[in-house]
Amino acid sequence: MNPEVLRLIGYVVAIIAFVALNAAMLVWMERKVAGHIQLRIGPKEVGPFGLLQSFADGIKLMTKQLIVPEGADVPLFKIAPMLVMIPAVMCFVTIPFSETLAARNINVGLLLIFAIASVNILALLLGGWASNNKYAVISAARAVSQNVAYEIPMLITAITVVMFTGTMNLNEIVMQQGGGFWNWNIMPLTKNFGMLLVMPVSFVIFFICSMAETNRAPFDLGEAESELVAGFHTEYSGMGFGLFFLGEYANVFIGCSLATILFLGGWQCPFGLFPGIHWFLLKVYFLIFVVMWVRWTYPRTTIYGLLNLSWKFLIPISLFNLVLTGALIKVFSR
Amino acid sequence: MSGYFKELVDGTNSLVAGLRVTIKYLFKPVVTMQYPHVSVRMTPRFRGHIDLVADDNGESLCIVCGMCQKACPSDCITVAGEKPEGAKKKMLTEYRLDFTKCSLCGLCVESCKPGAITFSKDFNLAGLTKEEFIFDLKQRLEERKR
Repeated sequence: MNPEVLRLIGYVVAIIAFVALNAAMLVWMERKVAGHIQLRIGPKEVGPFGLLQSFADGIKLMTKQLIVPEGADVPLFKIAPMLVMIPAVMCFVTIPFSETLAARNINVGLLLIFAIASVNILALLLGGWASNNKYAVISAARAVSQNVAYEIPMLITAITVVMFTGTMNLNEIVMQQGGGFWNWNIMPLTKNFGMLLVMPVSFVIFFICSMAETNRAPFDLGEAESELVAGFHTEYSGMGFGLFFLGEYANVFIGCSLATILFLGGWQCPFGLFPGIHWFLLKVYFLIFVVMWVRWTYPRTTIYGLLNLSWKFLIPISLFNLVLTGALIKVFSR
Repeated sequence: MSGYFKELVDGTNSLVAGLRVTIKYLFKPVVTMQYPHVSVRMTPRFRGHIDLVADDNGESLCIVCGMCQKACPSDCITVAGEKPEGAKKKMLTEYRLDFTKCSLCGLCVESCKPGAITFSKDFNLAGLTKEEFIFDLKQRLEERKR
C-alpha cells in the first residue's frame, strides 16, 4: 500500500482520537476549575479525581435516543452536528504540534484554518434553523451576528502577524520564533523593537476574539441558558448535543493553539532548549486554562455590550494596530 | 474622545480586578463537606429530638414531675414513674417520645426544672415505618451508659 495513504489514515485516526480525548479531558478540567473557583470540589467519584467522569457522561449520551422534533427540517437537522464536528477536525490538519508533527504543512495554513473555521457558524445556523424552535432560531441569529462582528478584528490581528513574519505557513511562523521567548511574536525584542508596541495588543485582541468565535462565556449569547433554554442545541438530544459539545471544545483548542503558534512561539522552548510537542501542549493548555478562568469570572455580556466591544473597541484598535505595523516594519525592519 | 479612553481603561481595570478575585479563590481550600464520607459536627444550638440527660452515674436526672408532658402542645411525650419501697423520690420507668408529632418547639426543655432533658445532636433519622419514630428515651439512656 502507498505509504502516503497509510500516513493520512494514521493522522485522521490520531486527530479524531485526540479531539475526542481532548474534549473529555477539557470537560473534566472545566468542571474542576469551576468547582475550585467556587470553593467546591468538582467531579470526584468516577475514577481517580473524577477523571473518568466525562467518559461516563459520553457513554450516557451515546445510549440516549436521538429525538427529531415535529416540524423540523430532518436532513438539515441531522447534518448540522456533523457540520460542527467536520471543520473542527479539519482545522487540525495544518496545526504544527511540533517541528515534524503536522498532518499537512500547507503554505497557506493560516488562511485555510480561518476558511474552514468559518463553516462552524453555518452549522450553528443550520442547527438552530432546522430545529423549528424559536429559541434555537434567536440563538442562531445571535451567534451569526456575533461571529460577523468578531471575525473582522481577529483577521486583522492575524494580518499584523502575517505582515511581520511574511508567511502564512504556520510551521514557518513557529520556526521564526525559535531561540527563546525574546524572539516570540508577542515581544520580538531582537527582530524589530518597535513591534513591542503592537504585538501585545494584537495578542489580547486575538485572544478575546477567539473566545468570542468559539461562543465561550462571557460571549456565550448563543447559549444563554437563562433566556434561550440551551440556544441552538435546545432540540438536540443524545450524541447530537454531544457533537456540538465536542465541537465547542475542539474549537477552543484550535483557537488557543492558533494564539500559541502566532504569538507564543508554538513548539519552541522559552529558553531555546529542547523544543517539541510538550512545549506546544503546555502553552495551549495554559491558554485554555485562562479561557476557563475568564469563563468562571465574568457574567454573560448583553448583545449590545458584545457588539459595542467589537465595533467600538476591537475593530478600531486592531485597524490602528495594522497601520502602525506597516509603519513600524517600514521604519525598523532590517 | 477622553470618555472613550476612560471607558477602555476603567473597563480593563475592572476585568483585571475580577480575574484577581477568582484566581485567589481557585487556590483557597474548598468548603464542600463530603457528607456521607465524613460525619458532620452539629452546631451547639442545633435542635435534634429531645434526649434524657445523665448524671455522673449515668442515671437520669428526671424526677417524674410530668411538667414536660403537660407543656408539650402536641402531646408527644409519655412519662411514667413509680416510687419503690424505701426510696426518697420517684424513679423513671418509661419516657417515650412520639417524634412523628414533635415540632421541636423546645417547651419541654424549658419547662424541665431539674434540667433532665436536652436537645440531642442526632440528625440521621431516616426510617421506613412510623414505629421507628417513637423513641424510648430511657432505653437510649441505658444504651449510652453501656
